[in-house]
Amino acid sequence: MGKKLTVKICTGTLCYVMGGADLQLLDEQLSPELLSRVDIMGSPCLDCCNHDDSAQAPFVKVGERVVSGATISKVIDAIKDELSKQ
Amino acid sequence: MAGANNAVLMRRELLTRLAKLYNQGELKLKIDRIPLELRPKDAEPSRCCVYKDRAMLRYKLMALLGFNIRDEQDELTPLSDYVDRAFARTEIEQEPLTVVDEVCNACVKTNYVVTSLCRGCLARACMTSCNKDAIRFENGQAHIDHSKCVNCGMCFKSCPFHAIVYIPVPCEEACPVGAISKREDGTEQIDYNKCIYCGRCIVSCPFGAVMEKSHIMDVFRAFSSGRKVVAMVAPAIAGQFKAPLSKILGAIRDLGFDDVIEVAKGADETTANEAREFMHKMAEGQKFMTTSCCPSYTTAVNKHLPELKPFVSDTGTPMYYTARLARAMYPDAVLVFVGPCLAKRYEAFVDPNTDLMLSFEEVGAMFVARGIDVAGVASTELDRSIDSTSRGYPVSAGVMTAVATKVGSAVEIRPMVINGINKQSLREMKMLPKTCTANMVEVMACEGGCVNGCNVIANPKIATRQVDEVVKQAE
Ligand code: FES
Repeated sequence: MGKKLTVKICTGTLCYVMGGADLQLLDEQLSPELLSRVDIMGSPCLDCCNHDDSAQAPFVKVGERVVSGATISKVIDAIKDELSKQ
Repeated sequence: MAGANNAVLMRRELLTRLAKLYNQGELKLKIDRIPLELRPKDAEPSRCCVYKDRAMLRYKLMALLGFNIRDEQDELTPLSDYVDRAFARTEIEQEPLTVVDEVCNACVKTNYVVTSLCRGCLARACMTSCNKDAIRFENGQAHIDHSKCVNCGMCFKSCPFHAIVYIPVPCEEACPVGAISKREDGTEQIDYNKCIYCGRCIVSCPFGAVMEKSHIMDVFRAFSSGRKVVAMVAPAIAGQFKAPLSKILGAIRDLGFDDVIEVAKGADETTANEAREFMHKMAEGQKFMTTSCCPSYTTAVNKHLPELKPFVSDTGTPMYYTARLARAMYPDAVLVFVGPCLAKRYEAFVDPNTDLMLSFEEVGAMFVARGIDVAGVASTELDRSIDSTSRGYPVSAGVMTAVATKVGSAVEIRPMVINGINKQSLREMKMLPKTCTANMVEVMACEGGCVNGCNVIANPKIATRQVDEVVKQAE
């Protein structure tokens, strides 16, 4: 098994207000198997936000991949996908 | 609160756009464009067509401008006119809710629907059991005539195939006191003789049809009035953003407030008075006393539980004491309460000193509109004189803990915590005068406490953790 995949959940205010707050419980939604292979952390503004268009928020970074309009299920899909490439 | 679904996010988007245009000085000029921008011609409609979607968004903006949607005289009145009217008004309205009637059309008409499982049987018990002659058969399938159906459920009970299902009207089902119901035309009306401002209808409507009449315009007006504007921030704020409390308060100040006062300061007084009152009442032989700081609970007592009235503490809420304090410091200021729920919006109207109310969600949208990242602002100094237990008020059992700590060993406390008002707990509360074995009862309308109010941003679990953290630090 390679090194753990980093998952950064944006906790910047824009993302947080636009739905990011609910992503903070991601770890509770992951299977033990997936959980053991990722490092989940909150992150200050990921600098992906564009203040003219908040519709793209919230953002999560799965490895190098940016997930926009992130939901728990979108993030889980991205995690699986990234892990399968390792 | 059930987490931010798309209806909630849309409301936040609208608030943010409104605030942004205001900041840019273009609100009047561009507000009528917001529905078009959010639902451009080639966009996929969320329901029937983009034009209908835009009409809904327009009505929602009307609510955010602080208007009763039913008061619309002319559908052609542009939102820019309402902006003018909002800036011209000097009073907020007592009743804080308004319903986007148009949206209700998309909701279920009657609670019972015949599914395709209907076998078109010979017995047709549904038809014979219906006293309103509302069931007819077409192509061997039963149909319910919405204009005749009175939701009695007889057909549902009588179908041997269970082919008829019950579909709730979400807001009606969520309301613990039966205060919201359909008019003849299918739109929802709120009976303010019953409403306890718990906000469940707002949270439960999948179309976001039930809206608070926002005071955001009145706050903007206050900012430009030359008067001082002071924010009084409920302690539940500590869990709303991923930043220390001192920064959150700093960010609120950055929105343009002349001073930011923690409502936990007033909670100190609530605790002291309630503890004193408790000891006094116990000495007098009163059976038990309940808390009084949740306005949804005290409204429920006034409107639905008169038998409990003698047991409710006479002590004021943290908002009451904080506003009194703020008024003494700033006699001419506009005092804005910043809080988690509809009940507090109502209380802000009733409170003798508080002028306006902003919800956490509204404050969040104002941050986004201003490009304020809470974690990045300069901290303010926290008021060290505030008791740590006062910062714990917004979590279920927090008020109890504060009062019990104050009472200490002077009187033995037998606590009871009612964590959330629902149909069940209302029945239990009705019985309390007879059955209560506790001597101190804390009631909060929202399960988990204020951190689960109807317009919070953060997940209540996380918010609770953060509030607990702040309490610990203050100890
Ligand atoms: S706030 Fe999330 S990317 Fe900036």
